[in-house]
Amino acid sequence: MTKSNFTRRGMLKTGAIAGAGVALPTIFTASSARAYTNEPTGGTVTLGFNVPQTGPYAEEGLDELRAQELAVQHLNGEGDSGMMNTFSSKALKGNGILGKKVQFVTGDTQTKSDAARASAKSMIEKDGAVMINGGSSSGVAVAVQGLCQEAGVIFMAGLTHSNDTTGKDKKANGFRHFFNAYMSGAALAPVLAKEYGNDRRAYHLTADYTWGWTQQESIQAATEAMGWETVNNVLTPLASTDFSSYIAPVLNSGADVLVLNHYGGNMVNSLTNAVQFGLRDKMVNGKQFEIVVPLYSELMAAGAGANVQGVFGSMNWNWQLQDEGSKAFVKSFGEKYGRPPSNSAQTCYAQVMLYADACERAGTFDPCGVAAALEGFEFDGLGNGPTLYRADDHQCFKDVLVMKGKENPTNEYDTLEIVEVTPRAQVEYAPDHPMFAGGDLGKCNSGA
Amino acid sequence: MDAIILQLLNGLDKGSAYALIALGLTLIFGTLGVVNFAHGALFMIGAFCAVALQRILGTSFVTEDPTQKDFLGNPLKVQTPYLESWFGPETGSAIIDWSVPLAILLAIPVMVAIGFIMERGLIKHFYKRPHADQILVTFGLAIVLQELIRSYFGANPIQSPAPEAFKGSFDFGVMLGFDPNVIIYPYWRMVYFAFSAVIIGAVFAFLQFTTFGMVVRAGMADRETVGLLGINIDKRFTFMFGLAAAVAGVAGVMYAPINSPNYHMGMDFLVLSFVVVVVGGMGSLPGAVAAGFLLGILESFASMNVVKNLLPGIDQIIIYLVAIVILLARPRGLLGKKGVMED
Repeated sequence: MTKSNFTRRGMLKTGAIAGAGVALPTIFTASSARAYTNEPTGGTVTLGFNVPQTGPYAEEGLDELRAQELAVQHLNGEGDSGMMNTFSSKALKGNGILGKKVQFVTGDTQTKSDAARASAKSMIEKDGAVMINGGSSSGVAVAVQGLCQEAGVIFMAGLTHSNDTTGKDKKANGFRHFFNAYMSGAALAPVLAKEYGNDRRAYHLTADYTWGWTQQESIQAATEAMGWETVNNVLTPLASTDFSSYIAPVLNSGADVLVLNHYGGNMVNSLTNAVQFGLRDKMVNGKQFEIVVPLYSELMAAGAGANVQGVFGSMNWNWQLQDEGSKAFVKSFGEKYGRPPSNSAQTCYAQVMLYADACERAGTFDPCGVAAALEGFEFDGLGNGPTLYRADDHQCFKDVLVMKGKENPTNEYDTLEIVEVTPRAQVEYAPDHPMFAGGDLGKCNSGA
Repeated sequence: MDAIILQLLNGLDKGSAYALIALGLTLIFGTLGVVNFAHGALFMIGAFCAVALQRILGTSFVTEDPTQKDFLGNPLKVQTPYLESWFGPETGSAIIDWSVPLAILLAIPVMVAIGFIMERGLIKHFYKRPHADQILVTFGLAIVLQELIRSYFGANPIQSPAPEAFKGSFDFGVMLGFDPNVIIYPYWRMVYFAFSAVIIGAVFAFLQFTTFGMVVRAGMADRETVGLLGINIDKRFTFMFGLAAAVAGVAGVMYAPINSPNYHMGMDFLVLSFVVVVVGGMGSLPGAVAAGFLLGILESFASMNVVKNLLPGIDQIIIYLVAIVILLARPRGLLGKKGVMED
């Protein structure tokens, strides 16, 4: 008869050692096999599309999703090849990315920084997304860009127009294809001076958050350089729905131009209110009173209806562009969805293609390899002519469109017309320009 | 002086919207004792009645114009409203032009029906439950209604213009002896204010001067006693829920040209309207109306540049600041009954 002399302490010790022994190979496997965050190991690679699916910019988000889904189809070689034939880089083969079939997961930013970070985090941690693409707010872009930097994945921003995204809040893992507020000002001011003269007095209403501030600063600087005077700049709460209290004093302020640094629902309402108050019918300082909306989108213009007619603004891209890349994309998108793509849809499509192309050229999904392939990359054929992804701040530089609300639209999509395609050289600036000062691009983080 | 008059007009307009929503909220709270967080959604549905009628009246047959191309290069599809082909271009487009005021005719039965269904189908099951449960269920309902509208109409704001005859603005200042263009005010906003005054007056007259209203008021004061007299007060209260829904809906219809309807506009108004109700005094109809106008005007004055320069950010907190002060000094609200919200 053998006597068993197991003790409680002995059991615990044995258990702890055995447990550590079993866990050890796993710990080593996990750290040694994963060269970077979410390295794809099977036959697929997962992209995360983080867009507003609820909230005031849900329509914008839906259009971004449509475009991203189309991009995935094109990458996987399903259906029309879209812009792939016009894209100057020929690295994409239509067999996924690096031979792996592309799949995607989506998140809802709700146009709230916290919600956007949570959905991006979930896509990275739970779904294994190797990059995050999209969004329709500068506040969200800055927040998600910071998260992706920490997590070690690439962030391709969507519709974000604040100078800060590639200015004081820039990050090595973040890239922006969309234009910014400085470029809007630089493109728009000469056209405004030509149309309305050099001796105008402008009154600004500005959405009180990062995008509004940099938009106002940019358009004020650009118009003042043309000889305009700025009468006043009034910050309006982002949650405002009725702008009558802010618009009513404009007529007696001595201003003869109202600049609405508003976007989305804010812009639709403030422009509607301004037209209701008859501002566009008035003569002030011996001149016809005018309204300017520095940043346009097709969806906003559709929401504002007839109120946008004759009003100038700027855009990143428009479906009426006649270059081969734009035509191919509009055809592909239009045949699939029965409507022309918005400019945020185009930017999100282009970014998926650019990311995939960078992976192919780098030969890896490693964020640092991809970032290196994107930095300083020059390309053409995705719309807006020759484009540069500047290495210093990860901002794309390309031609900018000056738009005007169409006077006699023929259908629901015919709301804006292209007045001028401003050459890239006119909207370029030095990386250390004061409006983009501060912050640090830092170093790429692969999450290894 | 001109700036003060302008902001006063603006305040009256904002106050009209607050007062109308708060009036409906108070009718429901005063009769059924329910805190209805879906009331903003009813206002939003009213605005979408204007959008829906606009679409119904604008329903078109489609022909192709081979001389023009659409965005894909196909022949352009031209839409001609049936009304224009039936009644001629001028009469047809005039009817479409008046879609917002005409939408009141659509909104009243639709809103009363929605109110009845809401009350009988859902809210009556929560009468004896705590207020927290009522808030949760009505808030949930608001989200469901909101998402239904979004799924059908989309998230983008939709223009619902006022009739051509009411577009543009009126030189109010000239009437008061000011120079031209000093105080101008949009025609439709003046219509909205006048319309709100009529609705508020009509609701008060209905409650004050009809037997039905008298019974409802008696029921609001002492539901059990009225019930013991053999009067079916529940039925009358259900009607009042329908009436409150109709007031919110019609307020929404008329608001549509002021700010383009969008699916979350109800939520934008809801919190402010509750503050209005609490400031006015829970359950007090005159209190809701008075507080609506008071807070609308104060909010308007707070957004004047001279005030904002002195107190930055005051335009965003003024309503809550005033609410705190009033409730500290008078917990029952401006015209609230003693015992409501105070010891």
